[in-house]
Amino acid sequence: MVPLSYYLALGGILFACGVTGFLVKRNIITIFMSIELMLNGVNLSFVAFAAQWHALSGQIFVFFVMVVAAAEAAVGLAIIIAVYRTRETLNVDRVNLLKL
Amino acid sequence: MQLHLVLFVIFGVVCVAGAVNLLVQRHPINSALSLVVVMGALAAEYLLLGAEFVAAVQVIVYAGAIMVLFVFVIMLLNAGEEERTTGSRIALLFGVPGVVAGSLLIAWVLLSRFGAQAVAIGALPGPPKVIGWLLFHDFLLPFELTSILVLIAILGAVVLASHPEAQPKKER
Repeated sequence: MVPLSYYLALGGILFACGVTGFLVKRNIITIFMSIELMLNGVNLSFVAFAAQWHALSGQIFVFFVMVVAAAEAAVGLAIIIAVYRTRETLNVDRVNLLKL
Repeated sequence: MQLHLVLFVIFGVVCVAGAVNLLVQRHPINSALSLVVVMGALAAEYLLLGAEFVAAVQVIVYAGAIMVLFVFVIMLLNAGEEERTTGSRIALLFGVPGVVAGSLLIAWVLLSRFGAQAVAIGALPGPPKVIGWLLFHDFLLPFELTSILVLIAILGAVVLASHPEAQPKKER
């Protein structure tokens, strides 16, 4: 028996790592991967709660989160390609067209 | 019973190590490969909870499809090592202590509130058959809506990523 809090803490640690990557990394692709890491942490807590309360809806929600993540990855990577084509850089500090 | 805890700790450590490696690595391809490791270890955690369907989808969709897309884009754009800038130093200065404090707070709250409840190995009752039934009966409308969403996402990706000069000629 593993306490539910261990699973939730693991999910929280993954989410925190994702937030760190989002704030610290400067490469736009790595920032995007940090978002996927955050989604994975949330998915783990969904499944852990589903197992705790024997509710299958949690797994269905994880499925939907994965579908949305796949759609987001497709559109986001297309945007990254478009940004690279116009700015010729992947560094978010150099993508500053909207900055005053 | 203890085997469950041992397996949880092993895969959890692999998971966190992959996540930390994602942050430490400078080259995006190394980050992508450590993210694959994280996703594989997470699939094992899902199996420990008894969620076979989610574990399979995790490996197929996340570690398979999405990460291949990431690696493909990294290769396509020939992404090199990221450079250090003033913004990244400021983010490092404030981000790392903030996140350490935040994760400690989350862990403390969780461990103090949910300390007593425990999850048995393979606790989820549903085999994939039940999940399929739920998906096509109770959640039919959201399921069909996600199919439309994915279709729109594919069209959007094609439109965004297509080269401006590759547009078909209007005249002639």
